[in-house]
Amino acid sequence: MTLYTSTVRRPPQRPNLWARMGSSILYAIGVPVLLLVIWGVWGTIAPAKFFPSPLTIAEAFVDTWIGPAFVTDVLPSLARLAAAIVLAVVIGIAAGTLIGLTRWLRELLEPLLEFFRAIPPPVLIPVFVALLGVTDQMKVIVIVFGSLWPVLLNTVEGVRSTDSVMTETARSFALTPTERLFSLVLPAASPRIMAGVRQTLSVALIMMVISEMFYSSSGLGFQVAYFQRNYLIAQMWSGIVLLGLIGVLLAVVFTIVERRVLRWYHGIKEVERA
Amino acid sequence: MPDTLLTVDHLKKTYESSTGVVEAIGDIGFTMRRGELVCIVGPSGCGKTTLLKCIAGLLKPTAGSVVLDGKEVTGPPPNMALVFQEYGRSLYPWLTVRGNVELPLKHKKLSKARRTRLVEDALEAVGLSHAGGSYPWQLSGGMQQRVAIARAVAYQPEVLIMDEPFAAVDAQTRADLEDLVRRLHLDRGMSILFVTHDIDESVYLGERVIVLSKSPTWVQEDLHIDLDPQRDQITTRALPRFTELRTHVYEQIQRAKRGEATRPVG
Repeated sequence: MTLYTSTVRRPPQRPNLWARMGSSILYAIGVPVLLLVIWGVWGTIAPAKFFPSPLTIAEAFVDTWIGPAFVTDVLPSLARLAAAIVLAVVIGIAAGTLIGLTRWLRELLEPLLEFFRAIPPPVLIPVFVALLGVTDQMKVIVIVFGSLWPVLLNTVEGVRSTDSVMTETARSFALTPTERLFSLVLPAASPRIMAGVRQTLSVALIMMVISEMFYSSSGLGFQVAYFQRNYLIAQMWSGIVLLGLIGVLLAVVFTIVERRVLRWYHGIKEVERA
Repeated sequence: MPDTLLTVDHLKKTYESSTGVVEAIGDIGFTMRRGELVCIVGPSGCGKTTLLKCIAGLLKPTAGSVVLDGKEVTGPPPNMALVFQEYGRSLYPWLTVRGNVELPLKHKKLSKARRTRLVEDALEAVGLSHAGGSYPWQLSGGMQQRVAIARAVAYQPEVLIMDEPFAAVDAQTRADLEDLVRRLHLDRGMSILFVTHDIDESVYLGERVIVLSKSPTWVQEDLHIDLDPQRDQITTRALPRFTELRTHVYEQIQRAKRGEATRPVG
């Protein structure tokens, strides 16, 4: 294999961290800033009712979300989102591990799981509303039910494809089932699991908004729909901006966690590329 | 014999396949004494790995038995360690070198200090004391196989089983690793069962070489290697006796390939 050479290899250390960070930040925000400027100029030259200028939206953002609405709408939404993500990831990994390791269970459940995954989750909202009413529970369950599948199915796939030599190694050293689970099966599946978690996060955010758009009287999704129905266009856009920011924040947190959990995996990739 | 460590008795392994029953191992029997270094060679496809897996308790033989230290092997025995050919797939890339070596010790009821000592001692024995904190994928192939050997050494097995461990490393690294195996055997008195397809390697390493026939496999010859225990890549390999022995084994393998050798009765 060309992968290995005779000495200890470490990922290349690039010099001048600050300059690199500075330039990457410049790259990252360059295009958005440019777009905002164009949008702002366009908005002043040719005002359009449904596309207010960025400054108007920024004003609306401050007025709408920084204040009591943050406590009554944003925080409860985020709390439900967080609870649902934790539940979806925990249930997904636990059930996925069980299903992935038990052959008969897998064969029994696979068609069913594929069917559940194929159901567009929003259509289940009326069902859950009928069962549970318009409650926090209902919303959390809707988010969990919609976002569970990527992490669950990826865990099943990751767990069942544990390398045969690694498994034989564990067997030959008589590792206990618990040790095997935590030292072999889950770490080996972790790249797949994390890929599933990434999808779960974005689906969860979508489901959070949708769960609040119908039958609801508070929350981010409700507010955006409410503003739209009442022609509060700038406020509506500010809600959309806030949702986008929450999405970015989720992605950043995920990347930090993923880099830590999969450090070995990225290390291998880097050695392979070098 | 009181010091018999491993007895393989009338071992037979057949597989069910779509074309009928395939007999991989016909009838293998041999014993190994404590502290011996035995090499097993055979033509390719003769079921060496199948034999090893049966001995290691990873496969169930169709008939016959494996007895290790007076106990019949029915599953992976706790006093045996394995080194696989595929070092890259045998080490866990999410653990450091030290973590890999320590992993099998976790459920042995040892104090933390004792465990650390075993790990450091094993790394020292394979010459990797400096690399404990690295990850396996940061190391060369030869070094990775050293980690796998260290893991087996730290496990303190009665017998160390190695399945073509150096087939995937380059020739120079291979010579170093062969000397490492000799040293572990001499300095620590480890009993080692070493499977290889390399005839020179088997003669250089072994005190005994067991030559297997082609499949369905039996023991074609059990050869005592009467070379000095202190061996050296240059001088030992230049000895006339070494050449004689390797020629002899080579001829046996050729006969095995042609299927000329006759199967012993019983």
